[in-house]
Amino acid sequence: MKPVLMCRDVVVDFDGFRALQGVDLAVYPHEVRFLIGPNGAGKTTLLDVICGRTRATDGRVLFFSHDITQRPEYEIVQIGIARKFQSPSIFPFLTVWENMELAMRQDRRLRSVLRAKLTGEEKEMMAAQLEKIGLLDERHRLAGSLSHGQKQWLEIGMQLIQRPQLLLLDEPIAGMSAAERERTGEWLHEMAEHCAVIIVEHDMDFVRRYSKQVTVMHEGKVLCEGSMDEVQQNEQVIDVYLGRRKNACYASGM
Amino acid sequence: MVNKRWGYWLFFAALFLAPFYLTEFRLSLLGKFLCFAIVAVGISLIWGYTGILSLGHGVYFGLGAYCMAMYLKLEASRGHLPDFMEWSGVRELPWFWKPFAHPMVAIAAAIALPTLLAALLSYLTFKNRIQGVYFSLLSQAVVVVFVTLFIGKQEWTGGTNGLTNFSTVFGFSLSSPLTQIVLYWLTAAVLALIFVMTRRLTTGQLGKVLIAIRDAENRVRFLGFNPTVYKVFVYSLSAAFAGVAGALFVLQVGLISPEMMGIIPSIEMVLWAAVGGRHSLMGAIIGAIVMNTAKSFLSENYPDLWLLLLGALFVVVVLFVPKGLAGIYESLAAVRIKEKRGHEREARVDVS
Repeated sequence: MKPVLMCRDVVVDFDGFRALQGVDLAVYPHEVRFLIGPNGAGKTTLLDVICGRTRATDGRVLFFSHDITQRPEYEIVQIGIARKFQSPSIFPFLTVWENMELAMRQDRRLRSVLRAKLTGEEKEMMAAQLEKIGLLDERHRLAGSLSHGQKQWLEIGMQLIQRPQLLLLDEPIAGMSAAERERTGEWLHEMAEHCAVIIVEHDMDFVRRYSKQVTVMHEGKVLCEGSMDEVQQNEQVIDVYLGRRKNACYASGM
Repeated sequence: MVNKRWGYWLFFAALFLAPFYLTEFRLSLLGKFLCFAIVAVGISLIWGYTGILSLGHGVYFGLGAYCMAMYLKLEASRGHLPDFMEWSGVRELPWFWKPFAHPMVAIAAAIALPTLLAALLSYLTFKNRIQGVYFSLLSQAVVVVFVTLFIGKQEWTGGTNGLTNFSTVFGFSLSSPLTQIVLYWLTAAVLALIFVMTRRLTTGQLGKVLIAIRDAENRVRFLGFNPTVYKVFVYSLSAAFAGVAGALFVLQVGLISPEMMGIIPSIEMVLWAAVGGRHSLMGAIIGAIVMNTAKSFLSENYPDLWLLLLGALFVVVVLFVPKGLAGIYESLAAVRIKEKRGHEREARVDVS
């Protein structure tokens, strides 16, 4: 099977600080890939490189057969990579419905936006997506007045309505209640029926419950890959989490 | 919503009927204020909707005005060199003045030049993701450059005095009351047209994109939009409005000078929108009219005090009504709706 995403030897150098030092990663269709690792391991930076927010100093990022390493962000989105940010990033002064409308898969060029009108079919899709994230009844509310968890869901819903082929989620369950976390976890594998998902997560209970494949990062490199059970047995991982950084890892619950 | 639409109709009907109930002097003032209102609509579009604070709209206004004034000056000179050029020792009309003998060229340039300048400035800055206060400062720097240039090139621009002493437009005397009334109507019609057009833009899909850019530009980018294109578009559009306003201004006032396009007028333009409510197009129009009426009333009656009073008014608005006059109206309307709903609920309770 061809991978959706291939990162080859990706290096990011922030003025001498090497946030990523040669990362290789392959993600396959319908996969949910968890990225874990201590703070500063480069997980968010890797997502930033994939979606074009940060430029790779070296190495290549391939999306199917396209080299997207140097493409501008909006083009990367248009070819099918959606990104959910760590803190909910929605439009507070637009309604929930209008937020979804902007995210709806459409021609994003100025001249077509000037005449844009939603079709009945698109409206149904949006309503279905809102139903899914439990915000259909809130659609006329300003997005800024939603609860934190609802904002997180709205942002995820806005990514899914674009029907991406690769979805990047950065700590999506931060600030969610236990019930909301559980729903999100179950929902993750449903999302994977339509696209590949890369998810950065700190909550180890959550990772243990909902992960199949886990990639452990440390100091800008991939340490190992495998199931959660496998990586927990890995000597290097134990070293990073339990050895030198006993206290740090205790805090992150591994 | 229906009420609001009626309000708009009433407002513009009152404007069109103004020649029948205002004195010649008051009408000429109102005509001038309507030009400013056109600028304010553009400011509301870029600042209130898109979050771009421009301190440089005096230049776009000024360029539009100068383009029109060059035509008027050439028509007034009747084939001779304009008077100020002779005084500066210029023998022949400079090449770039020649096309302005045609009114259509002058009108086209009054719109095109500000638009192009704004497009160039905004493209270079927004493409490099320069925004916020840095953009405001850059736009203000453009004002300084142009004012200096226009004062310095006295033989081409009339220097500090600017361009004045016009006589006719399309052969009609500018001093005749009828011409002035027609020009007033033209200004009111242009304002109405620009208002309707901008309202359509902002209530449609584009308006949502603009608000989204204002509140979370990065999120917009990561939804697959290129914010630069949108920002350059609205910024240039608002400069075009300012250019049109400048052309209409010079026709009615009969004078344009560098002082009228400088830093202070540029800031005043922003303040009209702020006082009226920058998030509301109608608010910005009302703001421009109210502020300038207050300014002329205060300067007629209390010439020593008016600047202080004007300053006090700004402070009050900024501190207590940050959403401006439109904000006051909206909160009153919200209270009324709430009361109405309250009554309905009571009525329903009575029935049960």
